[in-house]
Amino acid sequence: MNSSLVPLLDINNVWLTYMVSQGLFRSKRPLHAVKGLSLSIKKGEVLGLVGESGCGKTTLARMLLGLLQPSRGKVFIEGRLLAKEGRWALSKKIQPIFQDPYSSLNPRKRVGSIVSLPLKIHKVGDPAGWRIKAEEMLDIVGLPRRVYYSLPSQLSGGQRQRVAIARALIMRPEVVLCDEPTSALDVSVQAQILNLLIDLRKEFGLTYLLVSHNLAVVEHLATRVAVMYLGRIVEEASTDDLFNEPRHPYTRALLDSVLTPEPDLGLPDARLGMTFPNPIDPPSGCAFHPRCDRAMPECSEHVPGVVQDSLGCVSCFLYADASGQPAKQD
Amino acid sequence: MSALLQAENLSVDIPVPGGVLHAVRRVNFNVNQGETLCLVGESGCGKSLTALAIMDLLPHKARRSAQKLSLAETDLLALRYRQMADIRGNQMSMIFQDPMTSLNPAYTIGDQLMEIFLRHRKSSRAQARDRAVFLLEKVGITAAGSRLKQYPHQLSGGLRQRVMIAMGLMCEPALILADEPTTALDVTIQGQILHLLADLQREFQMGMILITHDLGVVARVADRVAVMYAGQIVETGDVHRIFESPLHPYTQGLLACVPVPGKIGRNKHLHSIPGIVPAPIGDLVGCSFRNRCSHTMDICASDDQRLKAPALARGYRCVLDPEVCRRNGQMVAA
Repeated sequence: MNSSLVPLLDINNVWLTYMVSQGLFRSKRPLHAVKGLSLSIKKGEVLGLVGESGCGKTTLARMLLGLLQPSRGKVFIEGRLLAKEGRWALSKKIQPIFQDPYSSLNPRKRVGSIVSLPLKIHKVGDPAGWRIKAEEMLDIVGLPRRVYYSLPSQLSGGQRQRVAIARALIMRPEVVLCDEPTSALDVSVQAQILNLLIDLRKEFGLTYLLVSHNLAVVEHLATRVAVMYLGRIVEEASTDDLFNEPRHPYTRALLDSVLTPEPDLGLPDARLGMTFPNPIDPPSGCAFHPRCDRAMPECSEHVPGVVQDSLGCVSCFLYADASGQPAKQD
Repeated sequence: MSALLQAENLSVDIPVPGGVLHAVRRVNFNVNQGETLCLVGESGCGKSLTALAIMDLLPHKARRSAQKLSLAETDLLALRYRQMADIRGNQMSMIFQDPMTSLNPAYTIGDQLMEIFLRHRKSSRAQARDRAVFLLEKVGITAAGSRLKQYPHQLSGGLRQRVMIAMGLMCEPALILADEPTTALDVTIQGQILHLLADLQREFQMGMILITHDLGVVARVADRVAVMYAGQIVETGDVHRIFESPLHPYTQGLLACVPVPGKIGRNKHLHSIPGIVPAPIGDLVGCSFRNRCSHTMDICASDDQRLKAPALARGYRCVLDPEVCRRNGQMVAA
């Protein structure tokens, strides 16, 4: 079987439901954080996942790490069921880099033991070998070897994020899950970390899932972008297509609200209205319709199907009806 | 017209175990009525402390010193604690960064809004309530009357930030200091909140100091910009000039760091400033940026840099020839 045809990660119609307490004497209510989401990531790709807070990005990331089990649907990694892989096997294939390097590193452990801990857990080689490998890894992420005995508190934010990256890469995983890797960092340091991520991808042939709300960062790094809204993917396309020709009204609104450093443009008006809906009470039909400037009567009644074409996927009645038939163009 | 806020040689010093941290070092700026000054810089550059120094809300140990600090005709340096309390929230007010922590979770937002008005104005509770409802509607909150009885945890992040803005406006201040008002919010909400601030500022002719690290926000909102680095203002100027021809190497570096969709090739290396922001502790001589700067010369370490003014209302702190700076700046902006 040709391995390039099997997607590295295949998320197939996955649901995840939390049961949320409503109060002491009331019954729990379901909150669908991820609703029938399908997505696949090929080897070597950088998939950017964007959306507002509360749309389910982090829940999806936690499922891919095996920290949450999907309520329905299946996730495959290299063609095998992720749920059956077990945590050890999985942690060799997929590793996370978290947003906040101040809380994702153990403050009582030295950098050397943080970076070499995965080797220890997986019983790769002996302690002398761990040290050599950890120091190599520090070189690769651009940290001086003397930080081996430093505590995280002695490092700057950018250096800590480099430690987190070294820890993620020491087992040479296939997929690195970057959850807002630069949003806690300063602009000048953000550029350093983005450059490092670009270099590492070339060097190790890594696949990234880049979760971010910063569209400029996603545009810079990603090869493909998926836009998420209230647990569903509303649009997915290659980065060029998505940024040049956004189709879903939500994607357009998101792109409009990016503030680039160009003083003449003034403030954009995304016309989105105030309210991000409460995920426990999602709007009927297309969840985006109360904020959409092109909403039609049918939007509040039915959930639009996913239309797949040469440009990618989009889930909106402007482009197709519920059965997937192309809709009238305006 | 004299400036609304004038600050001359404003410094903030904080004693720390290793010496004295010069968090803000002799900064000069003024804000006119109806004008937005953006203080921009990376974390630790002293921009928030500058705002807190103006409000006299500095942490207990920090010491403020200045040659002049005045709001309209009032000399803020000469005021006693109670007199300052009369001005704070009344003639100038501050919008804090994090609406999750700066609202009191134990009081309704109505109580918190009305408190300011009752403190500064001789008014009845009914008048204060009317004012609160009026402002909540102004900041785009629907059903404002019923919102007054809600607690902060019942509101979303965007709504809470709006409440913070309404609170800042309760007494129609002449000057508003907004410290990263949109950093904790989603991009979609960010645009709306900035719109709102800009509209309200125009309507009430307030002066505004907006503190941010986001150059996109600066470009879209500011009239004038002051770039801060290690406690000093390293470049000031009109927003267009700053973005079109940045003069200081740090400003140039910052602008080149930001990925702009469609401008920089995908997966190409971004420009980055090597190294990290130094902590301004102890006796400081020379340019603080010299260890990260690509144009460093010997003279940078010895001479304390003066803020040069090549044109009116434009200044930068660097020994480089203005012509060299201009050429470098044009390369960045291109």
